[in-house]
Amino acid sequence: MSFIEISHLKKSFGPNTVVHDFSLSIEKGEFVSFLGPSGCGKTTILRMIAGFENATSGSLHVGGVEMTNLPPAKRNVGMVFQAYALFPNLTVAGNIGFGLKIAGKERGEIDARVAEMLELIKLPDLGDRYPYQLSGGQQQRVALARALAIKPQVLLLDEPLSALDAKIRVSLREEIRSLQRELGITTVFVTHDQEEALSISDRIVVMNQGRADQIGTPSEIYNNPATRFVASFVGTLNLFEARVVDPATGRVSIDGQPVLTARDISTYGIADEATVALRPEALSLGGGDGDRNALTGTVEEVSFLGAVIRVRVRLREARVSLDIFNDPALDLPKIGKPATVSFKKDDLLIIDRH
Amino acid sequence: MKSNRLGHWLAILIGTLYFVVPLAATFEFSLRKLRGIYSFEAYRVVLADPQFQSSFTFSVGLAVVTIVFGMAIIVPMAYFVELRLRKLRPLVEFVTLLPLVVPAIVIVFGYLRLYNSSSFLPLTNSTLSTNFLLTCGYVTLALPYMYRSVDTGLRAIDVRTLTEAAESLGASSATIIWRIILPNIRSAMLSGAFLTFAIVIGEFTFASLLNRPAFGPYLQLIGANRAYEPAALACMAFMITWACMGIIQVVSRNAVAARP
Amino acid sequence: MASNASSASLPRLRVPWAVVGVTPFMVFALLFLILPTLFLVVGAFQDNEGGFTLANLGKLWTPTILASYWISIKVSVASAVIGAAIGAFIAYAAVSGGLPRWIRPTIMTFSGVASQFAGVPLAFAFLATLGRQGLVTLFLSSLFGVNIYAKGFNLLSFWGLTLTYLYFQIPLMVLIVTPAIEGLRKEWREAATILGASNWQYWRHIAGPVLLPSFLGAALLLFANAFGAIATAYALTGSSLNIVTILLYAQIRGDVLHDQNLGYAIAFGMIVITGLSNLCYILLRVRSERWLK
Repeated sequence: MSFIEISHLKKSFGPNTVVHDFSLSIEKGEFVSFLGPSGCGKTTILRMIAGFENATSGSLHVGGVEMTNLPPAKRNVGMVFQAYALFPNLTVAGNIGFGLKIAGKERGEIDARVAEMLELIKLPDLGDRYPYQLSGGQQQRVALARALAIKPQVLLLDEPLSALDAKIRVSLREEIRSLQRELGITTVFVTHDQEEALSISDRIVVMNQGRADQIGTPSEIYNNPATRFVASFVGTLNLFEARVVDPATGRVSIDGQPVLTARDISTYGIADEATVALRPEALSLGGGDGDRNALTGTVEEVSFLGAVIRVRVRLREARVSLDIFNDPALDLPKIGKPATVSFKKDDLLIIDRH
Repeated sequence: MKSNRLGHWLAILIGTLYFVVPLAATFEFSLRKLRGIYSFEAYRVVLADPQFQSSFTFSVGLAVVTIVFGMAIIVPMAYFVELRLRKLRPLVEFVTLLPLVVPAIVIVFGYLRLYNSSSFLPLTNSTLSTNFLLTCGYVTLALPYMYRSVDTGLRAIDVRTLTEAAESLGASSATIIWRIILPNIRSAMLSGAFLTFAIVIGEFTFASLLNRPAFGPYLQLIGANRAYEPAALACMAFMITWACMGIIQVVSRNAVAARP
Repeated sequence: MASNASSASLPRLRVPWAVVGVTPFMVFALLFLILPTLFLVVGAFQDNEGGFTLANLGKLWTPTILASYWISIKVSVASAVIGAAIGAFIAYAAVSGGLPRWIRPTIMTFSGVASQFAGVPLAFAFLATLGRQGLVTLFLSSLFGVNIYAKGFNLLSFWGLTLTYLYFQIPLMVLIVTPAIEGLRKEWREAATILGASNWQYWRHIAGPVLLPSFLGAALLLFANAFGAIATAYALTGSSLNIVTILLYAQIRGDVLHDQNLGYAIAFGMIVITGLSNLCYILLRVRSERWLK
């Protein structure tokens, strides 16, 4: 049995079922992210682990102990909320020590642990401040310290970065990840930001309408999206409706232009429609020689994004975006000029059949 | 959780009783004028009383003048403070809070001493100027409420951007206030206006001490001399207050709905 | 100087509209709010010849005047404390959920109405309810055989007036304190719960301390509100209950021995008391807004 065992969890509010038959095993020390748009059920699952929502059916075990109906106060889990969840009337030290004080720990023990936690979040001198005197990033670090101070067996993070500025978001997520590795604490992280989930997680659960569309490592999720939803939600994929020409040899036509895929499409019939996808970074301009597929069209837009240049090419009906690395010596493609786009047949992903 | 909810229901129930029972009792009392049967006789007597009609009309007129006069000095002030004179905001906040600090009776006492017949500005000398003084008193009383509602309205729209946009199109200050700002804070002004109306209509202290035949002193007079008519008047006063507050609710709800 | 300034700027003279817009208000406030108040405050420290004296304030220390201040303070404190407690509880019950959705807006609207339903009509309403011929009085005596007047109750008394004032104090409290209660974030309760706190510990350590400044501030506002009120008391009791506003009213009317500097002193005393309570209210509000931001 894994450290956290979620089996057949279901949650309904009246007639609305927001989580359908959800099962997942999480190993000790693992960092698992729930990724999905708002209303997909990811937060509800987190809140069921925390004990704020009771499951309609199914069960939850942590460390071999049944927790399905245990009140939150008895679960020994730590939680960091979206924002503004620090107690405004307590100092930073008061906030971090709150759980220990409630547990009836000695003054000295609390002080020592608070100092240790302040050290850990690199705010050793801010113990006497009040929350309103801190920046958003500092507040969330204190919230993290408060959750960890009680030495919880699981750490729950409910979109803790979403209210922060872009730069702080990146640095704090790296900090969270390294802290998590250092403490080896089992962590469940909820987010709607795919980049955040990809960069921080051991495994990602992509949620869609109350179900897990795909569970896998970041590279599995990104490189082999299981469904059209995962493909469109994770990354900026080019999606096409393709027509199968020859299932045996992997020949399909995109926008009327024939290409080959290395994927197995033998289960498809001739003239079946299939959703196929191309990642922007798998494409390059020009070429088409050897075993590379080629699509032709005209350059429609060129946007300079810094490290990469995103080029949009209009085929006959469809459009395709590709990223090329910035290079000062490079001649930028001209808008309105004909262009050829090429890619390896391994890179043409088949998402699902209609 | 269940017992918790029971407590909440109980609180609401007791609160409701405390507020409904006196109203019901007043209404019941107002119907007792004719021995043995319930009738609207007390209302008929009140409504037919020429003094009722004259004092009520007087107070309604006074309320309207108060609202117009008050808004005329408050809106431009609040607009320019928000737009250009932010430094004045603490002062304005303080001044508009003062009427809550200084009791009405103290203010009117000051008026009587400062503007009596032998002073530098003998406002109490003629009926017309006394009416003016009374209006000023009511504007003062309503100041906290009028300013707050106008200020809330101004803060809800982006005064600076609207003004700059209008100026870039060549509009003058007067045009901006009249054509751009006023229509945008109309519902906030209406809320303030009806609150003012509710305050002024039955006000007693100012009118009584300035010896003006307003509705408040009339109520007091009837209360001292009649048995059932006061209850009828109380019911009518309650209906007026209720109507004012109801209109404020509707107006502010429409304002929220109109916002994208 | 003047020619310098006009030649330096554009030839067209700019009208300082902002100053023009603010001036009428400032003049009004000066004439009809600041000056009258200052006049009384200064007058409280002057004798008949205009010299400085503390004698007027000294005259406040007579049994009648002290008693009238005292009864005013008692009624105001009682109606503020009771009103604040009940109002806060009703606001909490309305806000905190568990009740049908229509309850909250209904209570807010009703509080808006009831908090403005003061003055003379309120006195009439309570006479019709708890007066000697009032509905509740008759109801109690005919149904339970309890004559509350025989048991010592009197509407024209301290408790009668307090009970009447509560009619606008409770809804006023509901209106003032509801935003603060809504400011209690559900994350605070959840964070406290998940850190092991019970409901009582959450109130004791978090919600209570967070709400306290708003609660005390609102209570002080209620106090000032009751302290300056006169119409209800006057219509209810005539001059049989000698609260300080009625005393001052009589003083102004010339019903009692006319000593205008004593009148100033009484007014000054009232300003000091309401001023102090408002000052505390503002200080507490600043503190609570800082937290609830």
